[in-house]
Amino acid sequence: MKGGWFKSYTIVYLVFLYAPILLLPLFAFNNATTVAFPLEGFTTKWFGQLWTEPALHKALKNSLIIAVSSAVISTMLGIFAARASTRYRFPFKAPLMGLIMLPLVLPEVIVAVALLAVLLGLGVSLSIFTVILGHVLVCTPFAIAILSSAFQSLDQSLEEASYDLGESAVSTFRLIILPLVMPGIISALLITFTISLDEFIIAFFLAGNENTLPVYILGQFRFPQNIPVIMALGTILVCLSIALLATAEYFRRRGIAKTGGKDTGGFL
Amino acid sequence: MTSEKSTMIEFKDVHKYYGDYHALRGITATIRAGEFFSLLGPSGCGKTTLLRTIAGFEGISSGVVMIDGKDMEGVPANVRPTNMVFQSYAIFPHLTVAQNVGFGLRKDPRSKAEKAQAVTEALEMVGLKGYGDRAAHALSGGQRQRVALARALILKPKVLLLDEPLSALDKKMREQMQMELIKLQRQVGITFILVTHDQEEALVMSDRIAVMFDGEVAQLADPETLYRRPNSRKVADFIGTMNFLPAKILSESGGMVEVEAEGFGKLSLSAEQVSGANSGGASVGFRPETLTILFDGQTATDRESMAVVEEVVYYGDMTYYDIKLDGSAAAIRLSMRNVFGRPVLDIGARARVAWSAGALVLFR
Amino acid sequence: MAVKITRKQRFRGSEAANGLAMISPTAFYAILLLAAPLAMIFLYSFWTDGYLTIIHQFQLCNYYGPCASYKEVDGILQPTQEYLGAWSDPLTRTLMLRSLYVSLTVTAVTVILAFPVAYFVSFYVEASRKSLWLFLITIPFWTSYLIRVFLWKVIIGYNGVINTGLLELGLISEPLSINYSINAVIITLAHAYAPFAILPIFVALEKIDRSFLEAGRDLGESPFMTFIRVTLPLAMPGVISAVLIVFIPTIGDYVTPLLVGGPEGKMVANMIELSFKKLDNYPRGAAIAISSMAMVLGVSLLFLFLNRRFLKGNKA
Repeated sequence: MKGGWFKSYTIVYLVFLYAPILLLPLFAFNNATTVAFPLEGFTTKWFGQLWTEPALHKALKNSLIIAVSSAVISTMLGIFAARASTRYRFPFKAPLMGLIMLPLVLPEVIVAVALLAVLLGLGVSLSIFTVILGHVLVCTPFAIAILSSAFQSLDQSLEEASYDLGESAVSTFRLIILPLVMPGIISALLITFTISLDEFIIAFFLAGNENTLPVYILGQFRFPQNIPVIMALGTILVCLSIALLATAEYFRRRGIAKTGGKDTGGFL
Repeated sequence: MTSEKSTMIEFKDVHKYYGDYHALRGITATIRAGEFFSLLGPSGCGKTTLLRTIAGFEGISSGVVMIDGKDMEGVPANVRPTNMVFQSYAIFPHLTVAQNVGFGLRKDPRSKAEKAQAVTEALEMVGLKGYGDRAAHALSGGQRQRVALARALILKPKVLLLDEPLSALDKKMREQMQMELIKLQRQVGITFILVTHDQEEALVMSDRIAVMFDGEVAQLADPETLYRRPNSRKVADFIGTMNFLPAKILSESGGMVEVEAEGFGKLSLSAEQVSGANSGGASVGFRPETLTILFDGQTATDRESMAVVEEVVYYGDMTYYDIKLDGSAAAIRLSMRNVFGRPVLDIGARARVAWSAGALVLFR
Repeated sequence: MAVKITRKQRFRGSEAANGLAMISPTAFYAILLLAAPLAMIFLYSFWTDGYLTIIHQFQLCNYYGPCASYKEVDGILQPTQEYLGAWSDPLTRTLMLRSLYVSLTVTAVTVILAFPVAYFVSFYVEASRKSLWLFLITIPFWTSYLIRVFLWKVIIGYNGVINTGLLELGLISEPLSINYSINAVIITLAHAYAPFAILPIFVALEKIDRSFLEAGRDLGESPFMTFIRVTLPLAMPGVISAVLIVFIPTIGDYVTPLLVGGPEGKMVANMIELSFKKLDNYPRGAAIAISSMAMVLGVSLLFLFLNRRFLKGNKA
C-alpha cells in the first residue's frame, strides 16, 4: 500500500485537470440559456442550433483547411529536422535546432506579432494562408519531438544492413525507414492537426477578416445567449480531440513496439 | 570458388581520421580467399572500423582497400561483393523471417518460386527450417543470429563480414555457434572476416588472426604462432596468460642468444625465439602449461628449478599454482591437469618444477 | 600528406553536407518566418510610428520617456498622438510587472503541485501502465483551450460551482469573489500548464537509477532524507526545465486574462494586442513585447545561473 498518499493526491489532481471538461457536457445538454447551476433539465436543442449558424460553418471550414495544411507541412518539415538531428552531425546543429524548437517555449503572442509585422511590411494581405504560415511554425516543434523518438529508436545498423544487401539510399528509405517510422508520422499528423485546430492567438492576429473556429468561439463569448451553443460545440470538439489523441497514442505505441524499443511514455 | 592461395582483400597503408582522432594508422595486410580471418583486439583498437571500411560503411582518409583485385575507392556499400552480419543482427523488425532472408534478392532476375526456394535452402542451411513465416521480433538471440547469417549468405558474397556476432549470446550458445560457424565456412568456402575482442574465440575459429592495438596491426599470424611466438609483450599479454622473468642478454652469436634469466639461470635461445622490441628491459616469457611440477619419482626431461607455492586455485579439471622460483621475486602462474591420484600441493610447499628452454620467448 | 587532408575534409564535408541538406527546409522556414520576424520586431521597437507607415528613424522613446506618432502633412511630419514609452507609462509598467508576478506565481504553484504527480507516476505506477497515466494527464492540455478557460470562469464565478457548493454546504454565507482577479488568472493558468510541468519532471525521475535510492537507504538515511539528498538533486534538471517551460510562455498568455482576469487581471499580452491591433502602433507594441521578453530572459538566466551545479552534475 506504499504510495497510497501519492495516489490519492494524483487522483485529486486529475479531478482538477478534468473539471472543466467534465462540466462541458452538463451545460451542453442543460435546458437553460445561462451557464450556471442548478441545471434545468435535459435538451439537445443546442446541438441542433449548430446546424443553423453559417458563420460557424465558414469558421469550421477555414479551421479544417488550416489544420490539415499545417499538419501536413509541419510533419514534413518535422521529418527533415528529426532525421537530420538524430542521424547526422553537422555545423550549427545546436543553434539551428534551438531556433526550430523555440516556438515550444516562446509566447505565441510574440510569434504572432512578429509575423504580423513582417507580413504586413512585405505587403502580404492577411488570410487563412498567413495563419497556416504561423501554425506550421508552432506545430513543427511538436512534430519533431514525436518524430525524433521514432527516428531514434531506429537502429542505424538496419539501414546499413539494407545498403549492405544491395539497396540504394532511396529504396532503403522506402523499404526500411518509412515503414518503421510510419506510426510516428501518423501520430505527428494527428497531434499537429489537433494543435492547429485549437490554436487561437496566431489565428486571431493573422486571419485578417477570416474567422477560425477558436476566433469564432471567442467572439460568441460576448453574447451570453449563444454560450450554450458553444458548450455543445465544445463537447463535440473535446470528443473529437480525445479520439484523435487516442489514435495518435495508439500509433506512437505501435511504432515503439514495432522497432522493438522501450516505451518512455508521453508525447514530449 | 577462388583458389586457396589467391588474395581476396588487400589493405595498403590505410589511414582513417575522425576529425583529429587517428583511428587507423597505416594498415597494410592481405586476407586470402577462402580463409577464416579474425580481427582481434581490445575495444577502440580500430578493428570494427577496419571491417566497416571493407563493407563500405566508412570511407578511408588515405591508402587503398582492394577486394578481389579491385580498388574499392568510391564504390558504395550496396554494390560491394561483401555482406555483413551485424553485432545487433539488424533483423528488420517489420518483416517476417523469410522476407528478411530474401531481402537482398529483390532485384534478382530469378522467378518468385526460385527465390522462395533459395530462401528455404538458406534457412535450412542455418538450421531454421520451417521458421520462414515467423515474425522477426519474436525470435531469440541465437535465432536472430542465424537469420542474419542466412540473409547475408543467400547473396553468395565473396566476403562475409561478421561484427562481434557472438557477443550477445550466453556462453553455451556462443560455443555452439562457434562450431557451427566453422562448419558453415568450410561448407560454403566463402572468406569470413570476424571481428572479436575475445581471444579464445579468435584462436578457436580462425585460420589467421590480425591482433590490433591503437589503430595498428601488432601481429598477423596463424593461431599457433600467435600463441607460441607472440612478437611483443603486449600481444603476449592480450592472448592467454604469459609469465615473464627479467633477463639479461649476455652475448649473441651465430643465430644463438645467450641470456641469464632470473630463477632460470643461463640459457641459450635460438634466433626464432627472439621477439621484437619492448620497452623496460629484456625478459623471457612462457605460458603456464609449459611448466610442470615434478612429483616423487618424476624427473625433468630438460631443465629443473626449485620453487615455493604461494597460492593454489583449484578449477576441477585444472589446478593453477602461483609460485616463486628460487632466486626470483616474480610471481609465476603454472597450470597442472588434475590427473587421478595426483595430490594438490598446499600453500608454502616446496616444489620441483620442470621446464624447457625451447618453450621460452625472449622479449628484448 | 596533402592528399590525406583533402580526403579527410571531403569525408567530413559529406556528413556535414548531408545533415545540412536534410535540415535545410525546416531551417530555412524557421529562419525566414521566425528568426527574421523576431529581428524585425527588435528593429521596430527603435523606429518611429507614422500614420499607416513606419518612419525609419532611430529612437529609444518607445522604451522610455515621452514619445509620439507622426503623420506627414504637406511634406512635414506632424505629431498626431503622444504616448509614454513602455517603462515610463504607468499602466504598461504595471501590466508588465503584474505579468511577471503572475508568471512566477503560476510557475511556483504549477511545479510544486506537479512534482508529487510526476513522482507517483514514476515511482509507484507499474512500468506497463505509465504511458496510460501520462496520456490521461496530457489529454486536457490538448483540448479546446478557450472553452476550458471559459469554464473556469463558470467554476470560480460569483454564481459558479465552487460558490454554489460552499453555500449549499453552509461553509460560507456569501459567495467568494474569486472571479475577475489575478488569483483567477493564476488558477486557470496553473491548470493550463500542468502537463508541461509534469512531463519533464517525470522524465528526470525515470532516469534515476533505482539502486541509488537503495544505496541511500543502505547507507543509513531515512526515506525522507534519501529523497532530499538523492532523489531531489537528481530530479533537478527536470524541475529546471519544467520551470522554464511554464514560466516563459505564461508571461505572454492572452486568453486567460481576457476571459477571467477582468480589469484587475489584464496582462501584458492584452497591451501588446491593443498596440498592434487597435492603436496600430507597431513600434510601441514591439517595445512592450521586447521588454517583457527581456524580463523573462533575465529571470530565466538568473534562475539557470543559481541552479548551474545541478545541470553540470548531470552532464558529468
